[in-house]
Amino acid sequence: MKIGIPKEIHDGEKRVATTPEAAEQIIKLGFSVAIECGAGLAADISDDAYREAGVEVIDDVKTLWRQSDLILKVRAPERHPELAMDETELLAEGGHLISFIWPAQNPDLLKKLAAKNTTCLAMDSIPRISRAQKMDALSSMANIAGYRAIIEAAQYFGRFFTGQITAAGKIPPAKVLVIGAGVAGLAAIGAAKSMGAIVRAFDTRPEVKEQIESMDAEFLMLDFKEEGSGTGGYAKTMSKEFIEAEMALFARQALTVDIIVTTALIPGKPAPELITIGMVKCMKPGSVIVDLAAEQGGNCALTEKDKVVVKHGVTIIGYSNLPSRLANQSSQLYATNIRHLLTELCPDKNGELVVNMDDEVIRGATVIKEGKITWPPPPPTLTVAHTPQTEAPAAAGVPDKSKKPQATRLLPLILGALALFGLGSVAPASFTPHFTVFVLSCFIGYQVIWNVSASLHTPLMSVTNAISGIIVLGALLEISAPSRIVEILAGLAILIASINIVGGFLVTRRMLEMFRK
Amino acid sequence: MSHGLVTMSYIVAAILFILSLSGLSNQETARRGNYYGMIGMAIAIIATTLSGYVIAYQILIIGLLIGGAIGLYAARQVEMTQMPELVAIMHSLVGMAAVLVGYANFLDTTHSLVGVEKTIHDVESYIGIFIGAVTFSGSVIAFGKLSGKINGKPLLLPARHGFNLVLLIVTFVLGYYFLHHYPSENPFLTQTIGLPANETGAFLALLAMTLIALILGVHMVMAIGGADMPVVVSMLNSYSGWAAAATGFMLSNDLLIITGALVGSSGAILSYIMCRAMNRHFISVIAGGFGTGSGNGPAAEIEGEVTPISAEETAQLLRDAKNIVIIPGYGMAVAQAQHTVNEITKLLRGQGKTVRFGIHPVAGRMPGHMNVLLAEAKVPYDIVFEMDEINEDFPKVDVSVVIGANDIVNPSAMTDPNSPIAGMPVLECWNSQTTIVMKRSMASGYAGVGNPLFVMDNTRMLFGDANDTLQTVLKTLNQ
Repeated sequence: MKIGIPKEIHDGEKRVATTPEAAEQIIKLGFSVAIECGAGLAADISDDAYREAGVEVIDDVKTLWRQSDLILKVRAPERHPELAMDETELLAEGGHLISFIWPAQNPDLLKKLAAKNTTCLAMDSIPRISRAQKMDALSSMANIAGYRAIIEAAQYFGRFFTGQITAAGKIPPAKVLVIGAGVAGLAAIGAAKSMGAIVRAFDTRPEVKEQIESMDAEFLMLDFKEEGSGTGGYAKTMSKEFIEAEMALFARQALTVDIIVTTALIPGKPAPELITIGMVKCMKPGSVIVDLAAEQGGNCALTEKDKVVVKHGVTIIGYSNLPSRLANQSSQLYATNIRHLLTELCPDKNGELVVNMDDEVIRGATVIKEGKITWPPPPPTLTVAHTPQTEAPAAAGVPDKSKKPQATRLLPLILGALALFGLGSVAPASFTPHFTVFVLSCFIGYQVIWNVSASLHTPLMSVTNAISGIIVLGALLEISAPSRIVEILAGLAILIASINIVGGFLVTRRMLEMFRK
Repeated sequence: MSHGLVTMSYIVAAILFILSLSGLSNQETARRGNYYGMIGMAIAIIATTLSGYVIAYQILIIGLLIGGAIGLYAARQVEMTQMPELVAIMHSLVGMAAVLVGYANFLDTTHSLVGVEKTIHDVESYIGIFIGAVTFSGSVIAFGKLSGKINGKPLLLPARHGFNLVLLIVTFVLGYYFLHHYPSENPFLTQTIGLPANETGAFLALLAMTLIALILGVHMVMAIGGADMPVVVSMLNSYSGWAAAATGFMLSNDLLIITGALVGSSGAILSYIMCRAMNRHFISVIAGGFGTGSGNGPAAEIEGEVTPISAEETAQLLRDAKNIVIIPGYGMAVAQAQHTVNEITKLLRGQGKTVRFGIHPVAGRMPGHMNVLLAEAKVPYDIVFEMDEINEDFPKVDVSVVIGANDIVNPSAMTDPNSPIAGMPVLECWNSQTTIVMKRSMASGYAGVGNPLFVMDNTRMLFGDANDTLQTVLKTLNQ
C-alpha cells in the first residue's frame, strides 16, 4: 500500500505527519512511503533526510495525492491555497486518510469525505485508554503545548522565574498558576518548576491532586464537594455553586500570581470562561496569561485567538497552535503516534490496512468507514487500571506471624526437651559424648552460616560439598577389613568421595577467583 | 600415629572447617576460607591414613587418584551457568558414598558390639544408609531437572502425600526387622558374601529399605517445580551433611559428626533463607506442587496491553538515564548474557552513570547463582546489591532493566492477596521511572502467575533472546 504525506497547508502550520525515523519503521511494516517536496522543511527536516530513510520525494502535489492509497496529515483537509481546490477533492476515490479531523466541529467535512467513499481515522478520536496511550496524539501535542506555554510566558514576562539573592539585590521567584492539570497542565507545571518558579495548580478532578503534588506543585483545594471527573478521563461541566467558589479562588490568586496558564477544556463544548476582565485588572502590571484554550474561545475573557495582546498591563497570549511552534519536536511525537496506529492497523506487517471495527481503539478512531460515517463511537469503557485500589485486603491477606499464641511457639521447645530426655534415659554412655559434639556442631554451624554473605551462597554450597567429602574417613576406616566385598565397597566410596573433595574445593576456588572488586 | 595424635589432628581439622565456612562471610576472606578447608581435609585424611586402621594402601591410593582426577576435570570444565547441575551431582556422590560406607560397615564382621550399644549402632547405620540413599536418588533427579534432561514441571501423582507416608511406614517396619535379626535361610548370602547366618534377614531388610529410600528420593524431587530448585538444591546439601553425620555416629568418629552437622545446618539455613525469599513454608515446598491451597479466591486477572520497545530505543533510554538498576534472572543464565551485560555496564559506568545490580535471593536455580554469573563476567561485586539493600532506592532510579526474570519482579505478590506468590518479597522495580523487561515471549514464569508489571504504563517490553537483544543494545550504545 502506498502512503503519501503532503505538505501542511494551514496558515502557520509547521508540523509534518512523519519523520524519517518513523518512515523507516513504517516501511518495515510493508508500506511504501512518498512525501511532498519540502514537506518537512518547516520542521527542520530536509528532503534528503527522507530520501535516506527510503522515502520517495515527489514534487507535484496532485501526483502525490493521486497515487497514494493512504494520506497521513496533521491538520484536517481544507482548501488548498495554491491549487484553489479542496484537499478532499484531491483525495482518491475510496482512499484512506489519517489526520486530526475534529468530527464534532466539522460535520460538513465528514459529509464531503464520506461522499468520496473514503475511510478516515481521526487522531483526535482515539479513545483515551491505557493501551492506546502510544497513539494518543492529543496527549503528546498537549504535552508540547504545556511546555511551550511556559516558554512563551517567559518571553513576555519581565523577570526571572527563579528566585535569587545577588549582590544587586534579592529577586523573588515568579508565581505561576496553572488551571487544569491535564497533560498540558502537568507539562506546564513541570516546565515552570524546572525554571525555578513557585507553581500552584487547580483542577476540578480531585484525583489529579496526587499528580500535581508529585510534580512538586501546590494543589489549590476548593472547599466544596463535587466530583469533576467525566468519562474517559476528561472533565465535565460543574454546577453553578461550584463555579462560583472556583471563581472566588481564581480572583484571590490573581492578586498574587505573576503568570496564569489556563488549559481548561470540556470536550465538544466552548471553553469555560474562568479569568474575567475584573481578574485581569487586578493582576500586577507585567503579568502574563497564556490561554491554551484559545482555539475553543479561550478561558480568559480578553483572549484573542492567535494573537498576543496587552490589556490592563497584562500580556495575554492566545496562540492556538503552540505545538507547531515547536515543530520538530511535535512532528517527531506525532509521527510516532501515527506509526503506532499503523502498527495496530497492519497486524500482519504486510503493508495492508485492516480496519478492525471490533478493536476498541480502531473503532474509536474510525470516523468514516468506506463512505459510511461511523462517528460518534460507543462511549469508551474504563480500563481496570483506573479503578482505585485499596491496600486493605493485601494487609489482611498476610498473617501477622508475631501474633502466634504463646503455646504454639513453645511447643517445639517442649518437644525438643522431651526428646532429649527420652534419648538420655535409654542411651548408653558411649553415645552421649558423640551426641554432645553433634548438637554443639549444629549450633556452631547455625551461628557461622548466618554470617555468610548472600552473594557467596553458591561458593558456600560447593565448599560444603567438598567438606562433606569428609565421608571418605568412613571409607578409610573400613578399607582394611578382611572381607573382599567390604574392601571393594570402601574403595568405591573413597573414589566417589575424593571426586567431591577435589572437585568441590577447586570449583570453589575458581568461583572465588572471579569475585573481584 | 597414636590415638591421641589422631584426635588432636581431628580437632585441628574441625576448627579449620569452621574457619573455612566463617571465611565466606565476605569476599575478601572467602578465598582464605577455601584454603583452610583444603588444609583441614588434608590433615583429616593423612591422620586417618596413619592411624593404624589402614593397611590397604593400594586401593586407597588408586581410589584417591582416580576420584581426584575426575574431580579436577569436572572443576576445570564446568561452565558457571552449569554450577547448579554440578552441585546437585556432587550431592548425589556424597549420598552414594554414605550408602557404600554404611554397607561396608554392616558387612564388616570385625566389630563386636552387644546389647543397647549394638542396637544404637544398628539404628545409626540404618538412618545413615536411608538418608544417603534419599540424597543420592534425589540429587540425581535434581541434576536431571537442572540440566533439562528431565522435564522441570512438577510431577504430581494423585495420592502423592499418601504414597510418601506409605514408604516411610514401610521403612519403619523394615527397620524393626533389621534390628531384630530374624534369621533366614539364604545359602547364597552366607556363602558368597560371607555373612553370618543370623544376619541374612537383616541384610535383606536393609536392601529393601535402600530401594524404598531411592524411590522416596526420586518421587520427592520429581514433585518439585523448576522455580523451587534453589530450595531443593540447598535441602539436598543439608541431607548430604546429615548423611555424613549419621555415618560419623555409626563409626564413632567425631570429625565426621562435626563436619556433617556443619554441612547439615548450613544447608538447612540456606533452605530456610530460600523459602523465606519465596514466602513459602519449607514443608509445602518439600511436599511439592506450587500454589495449591494458598489464597482464598481466584487471583486477579491481568488486563491491559504491553508496550513493546526496540533494542535501539532501549539504548536511547539507557543513554538518557543517570541511575540504572539491572535485575538479572534465570533468563540471563539461559542466554549466557552475563558478559554482554558486563560490557554494557562498563560502557555506561564509563559515561559516569550509576549502574547497579539488584539480586533477588531466589533468582536463578540455586542460592547465589546470579552473583556467580556476574562475578564470572567480571562485574565488580561492590555494585551488586541484595534485594533489601536496593528496594527502597527504586523511586530514584531512572531505568530498571529486568533480564529474563518474572516472578521476582511481580507486583501482585504485594497487592493481590489471592496470588499464588502473595507475600513473597519482590524487587519493586515498578517504582523506577521506566522499567524495561527483557523476555523471550509473554509466557508466565514458573509460578504460572500473570505479571501486572508488564502492562504498567511505565513498563516497556523488549522481546527476544536476552543475549542477542543486549548485543544490539551494546552496538547501538557504541555508535
